[in-house]
This record gives sequence, C-alpha cells and structure tokens, in this order.
Amino acid sequence: MSSEVRELSYAQAIQEALAIAMERDERVFLMGEDIGVYGGAFQVTGDLVQRFGEDRVMDTPISELGGAGVAVGAAMMGRRPVFEFQFSDFATLAMEQIVNQAAKMRFMLGGKASVPLVMRFPSGSGTGAAAQHSQSLEAWFAHVPGLKVVQPSTPHDAKGMLLAAIEDPDPVMFFEHKLLYKMKGPVPEGYYTEALHEARIRREGSDVTIAASAIMVHRALEAAEALAQQGVSAEVVDLRSLRPLDEGTLVASVSKTTRLVCVYEGTKQLGIGAEVSAMIAESAAFDRLDAPIIRLGGADCPLPYNPQLEKAAVPQVDDIVAAVLRSVEARV
Amino acid sequence: MSESRLKERAAPVAPAYKRLGRETLHKALHQMVLIRRFEEGAEQAYMRGLVHGTMHLSIGQEASAVGVGINLRDGDCITSTHRGHGHCIAKGAEPKYMFAEFFGKDTGYCRGRGGSMHIADLAGGNLGANGIVGGGIPIAVGAALALKQTRKPNVVVCFFGDGANNEGAFHEGLNMATIWKLPVVFVCENNQYGMSMSTERSTAVKRIATRAAAYGMPGVTVDGNIFADVSEAAHEAIERARDAGGPTLVECLTYRHRGHSKSDRNRYRTKEEIDSWIARDPIGLFEQDLLRNGLIAQAEIDALHEGVVQEIEAAVAFANDSPAPDPASLTDFVYATPTTQATHVQ
Repeated sequence: MSSEVRELSYAQAIQEALAIAMERDERVFLMGEDIGVYGGAFQVTGDLVQRFGEDRVMDTPISELGGAGVAVGAAMMGRRPVFEFQFSDFATLAMEQIVNQAAKMRFMLGGKASVPLVMRFPSGSGTGAAAQHSQSLEAWFAHVPGLKVVQPSTPHDAKGMLLAAIEDPDPVMFFEHKLLYKMKGPVPEGYYTEALHEARIRREGSDVTIAASAIMVHRALEAAEALAQQGVSAEVVDLRSLRPLDEGTLVASVSKTTRLVCVYEGTKQLGIGAEVSAMIAESAAFDRLDAPIIRLGGADCPLPYNPQLEKAAVPQVDDIVAAVLRSVEARV
Repeated sequence: MSESRLKERAAPVAPAYKRLGRETLHKALHQMVLIRRFEEGAEQAYMRGLVHGTMHLSIGQEASAVGVGINLRDGDCITSTHRGHGHCIAKGAEPKYMFAEFFGKDTGYCRGRGGSMHIADLAGGNLGANGIVGGGIPIAVGAALALKQTRKPNVVVCFFGDGANNEGAFHEGLNMATIWKLPVVFVCENNQYGMSMSTERSTAVKRIATRAAAYGMPGVTVDGNIFADVSEAAHEAIERARDAGGPTLVECLTYRHRGHSKSDRNRYRTKEEIDSWIARDPIGLFEQDLLRNGLIAQAEIDALHEGVVQEIEAAVAFANDSPAPDPASLTDFVYATPTTQATHVQ
C-alpha cells in the first residue's frame, strides 16, 4: 500500500462498502429503482450489477411501498437487504412499511423478530431539484423508536458506518446528502466499521459548540475557520447519528464551551436541532450556558427551484458565522 | 352457484378428501373447531374483562384458514391479518400462548406486547398478524424472495381480506411477486365487507380474483365455506408455487358472523343476510360432508368437540395463571441491544 492516504468520493466510498458487504456476506443484497445497469440515479451502485449479478443488485419497479415491504419481509427471514430510495422524498410513499412494520416488528413480537435492513436515502437541497426532490426528512425517522438514523458527513464515515449498518440487527436509516457524493476524502482500503451511535468532534474549540450533521458539518468547519480569524474559537461536533443521539459528547462539549449553535438543513421547527437543544436544556450543561441556545435550521417553506432562493432556504457559511457571533456576544 | 354447487356436492368424494385422507381430514376438522371455540372463548373473556383491547373474530371463516393451512409443510410461511386467529391455529399455534397474549401476559406469543392483532410464531413460520390492512402483502413477497434466494423448497401464503384489495400494497406486491416469479400464494378472504363497506361499493370488479389477470397470475374464486373447495384450490396454487410456477391469487368467498370488531353495531348488514350465512356454517357443512362420505363417525365428531372444549379450558387457565410483564421491561425489545436514547439527564 502506498504511503499516501487513498482518497475516494463519498459515492465511491458507499459503493465500496456495498461491494465489501456483499463479498463478505452472501445474505446481503441490494434493491432499488434503477440501481442495476443504470447505476443508480446518483451513480452510487455504479457497475455493481456487473460484478454481483441481477439477483444481488435488484432493480425494483417504481413501487416504494411494496419495495420497502419486500425488504422488511426478506430481512425478517434473515436476509440483509439494502434498499436505495432514489430520493429521500420518496420515503413518503413507504412510510407505512418503515414506521409501522420495520420499526416495530421486534418490539411488537416480543423480541422474537429482527429486521436487519438498511434504507439509503439521498437527501438534501442544492441541486435545483425543487420541493419534491430536495427535502431533509431525517428528523421524521429520528422520532420513531425502533429505527436507527445516521447521517455520515465524510467518505470515511460513509463507508465505515454503512458496513456497520448492514451488520446491525435493527433497521438503519442511512441519510446521504447529495452534495456530499462528489466530495473526496481519505478512505481506508478493505473492511472496517464505524460506530453508529457516536458523535465526533471535528474541530476543537473553547468559545462555542456548533452541532451539525451531513453537509452542515463542512459549512460549520468553514465558518469556524472564518471565526478563528475574528478571534472566536468554535468547536464543531458532527452528530453522525440522530438516533440515538450521542448525549455524552454533546453535553461535554457544551459544558466546556458554554454556548451552543445547532445547524441543520431540515425545517427549523421540530428539527434535529430542536431535540439537541432540548437535550442540552435538560442536561447538566444547562447551568453552564452563557448564552441562549441558537437553532439555525431550514426556512419555513418548501425548497424552491430558483438557485438564490434555494440557497436562502438553508443555512450557509455566512449564516453560521453570524449566528455564532450572536451567541458569543449574548449573555444569559 | 347454488345449483352447480349442489351437483358438485353430489359427487362421490371430493378430490381434496382423496388427497388428504381420513387422518388429515380429522386434523382439519379439529383445527376448525379449535378456531371456533378459541374465538368464542376469547369473546367470553372479553366480556368478562380479561382482554384489554379489541379483537376481530373470524367466526364463520374457518374453512378458508384451515383449507389453506392444511396444505402447508414445515418451513412454509404465512403472513396474516388483524382477523388472524384462524390462520395462527391453522399454522400450528398453541391456543394457550394465544390466550396469554390476549390477556397481555409475559408468556404470550409476543410477551404481552402485541395483543390480538400481532400474534406471530416465527419459529413456526408465522411471520405475524398485522394491524395494517395490506401491510402483510409486501412482507409476504419479501419472505418469498428470501426463500427463493436461499433455494428453499418452501412457499409463503399471504392471507388478507377484501378490504386490502384496494390498498396500493396489494397491487405493488402482486406485481413484484410475478415479475420475480416468487413462491407465494395470495389468499383473499372475501368476507364481503371492509368494516362497513361492502365489496360491491368498494371494489370496481365483481370478483377480486379477476384482478390476478392484471398481474399475470392465475386467479380463482372458490366457495370459502366449503373446506374441500378451498383445500383443492390452495393445494394447486401452493404446489405451483413450490414448483417454481409463480404466484396465484385465490379468493375465498366467506362471511364473518360477528361484527368487524367489538365496536360494531351491525348497521350495514341485515339479520336475514347474517342468518343465511350462519345456515351455511363451514364447520357444519364440513361435518355433514365427512359423515356423508363415511370419513368420520358422529361419535368421533362428538369426542372431537369435547376434546376441544377441554383444550380451551386448559389454555384459558394457563393464560390466567401466567405472570404479567415486568413494568421495568417496558423498553425491552425496541432494539436488539439497549441504546442510550430517551434517557436524558434530569
């Protein structure tokens, strides 16, 4: 192996994880719309169908509800389906199977059933795809006991967390921000897993904690760099998992910095930042707060098509800088 | 149907009887009577306040559950519905664990977490009743996909009611079963009403089985109150699925004697209609047919009924005597291993 760290795109890292999972475990198979010869709407599955055949890289009809249910049934029988939604927005068509069946089966049947499936959701705005192809609905799923919800922000995590998700005995909702697909980063060769329940501190700081996930982690890091020029030391926590939330890491970070800004792309009201904020408010970190918690979430409107409007609808680097400055100037 | 039915009834021995033989026919009758007495027992327990939630009784539909189930082997699977007690028993479930589940006990099939609408026995191939109309249809297709992937010589029977045939899950599921040629048999128990709405009002076609044509599979409608007819149609469909011949839609015309659930005031059916179906009780018809064919003696029928009464009494006693779940175990089974979710620092 060369001494230089190998770089892959986020999409390549996911494809590599899928290939490794299928090589290691004959129970693993992929389902989804146009994931075969087409290679997936975002070319994530690419040429996997040539390597593994149509029985393991199964094109499904445009039947999200039925397809999700097929994945549930196969998983209950001990298979390990990985179901790709073409866009996370289309999960709305499959909520019955995800929420009523997959999430509840183990509990409802007294611990005697297991639904080891992964659902992959290309999500988020920034591609000019407008209101029905741009949403960030991950908080919906994080509201449901029985599901695990992860949102990796780097190619390294995408590969390791996907391999962990496929091995996990419970249904894992795997959110992939579309703007990350082409982003490159170091990715180890071969098999490894990353924990599904841990946040990561991406940049250490002492004045304020920025809690973010997916694309917002990168915007928060850019903002932190700009803030450093102004003498503000921001700590960036990458949530990685929305369910369960890594309470320990968040409480420790906010206890240290005494300020919290939550940055997320989903609609601000009842979004993941609302949960993080409430969790901190209920925790021992509350007494340490030196400023009101700030939530920076998506605008209270559907995602618009026009690029300027689209940009204005979700937090950008400048918005994060401004919010952090408000936080450090505020007092409680 | 009645005239041709009479002619058919006059035939010496139904093909299903020849195929199944005396012992299996007695087993089938036992299961049908067991389902009936189980549900009557559950109803009584409900009235005595022993059952916490509602229940959906299948009294009057026993021939479809057992007529299908009697053709299944070890390793075959079923998915069931909210009206699924009969399917469970036909797949080999034990009434004592079913009563325990009704009573919310820790010894129940779902350790008191599921109740009447979620009875499952995965080890026995029962992937579960389902509280969502049509919810089990794609799951059955997925289970059949798993059987095909693992090259098992088994099939999945997917029970659902007429109400489910207007759900999207029905159409998506049947289509996928055919395009992938999966070993699954769809059994629609058409008891004429989705809650209060008759199939005449709810469904654009007269016979639900004709919808099979849209999904490239055989569709057949049978008298769901005649054990022999159900059994023969199910046998043919199950063996076709087992031999990699793909799915079939079997529609069993039947009727529930009771209301939809315990809240039903029966405003949408006439007494005359209900009585006409009670007169065609599937258990009575089966017993008469077996007697007529010399396949059972009246004394054997009497002994069978007496045995079932005792079986139900013992099952109720087991459930009554069983412990309730420990409240401290409330969040067990949400995940395979406990997570730290939902325990925020106070």
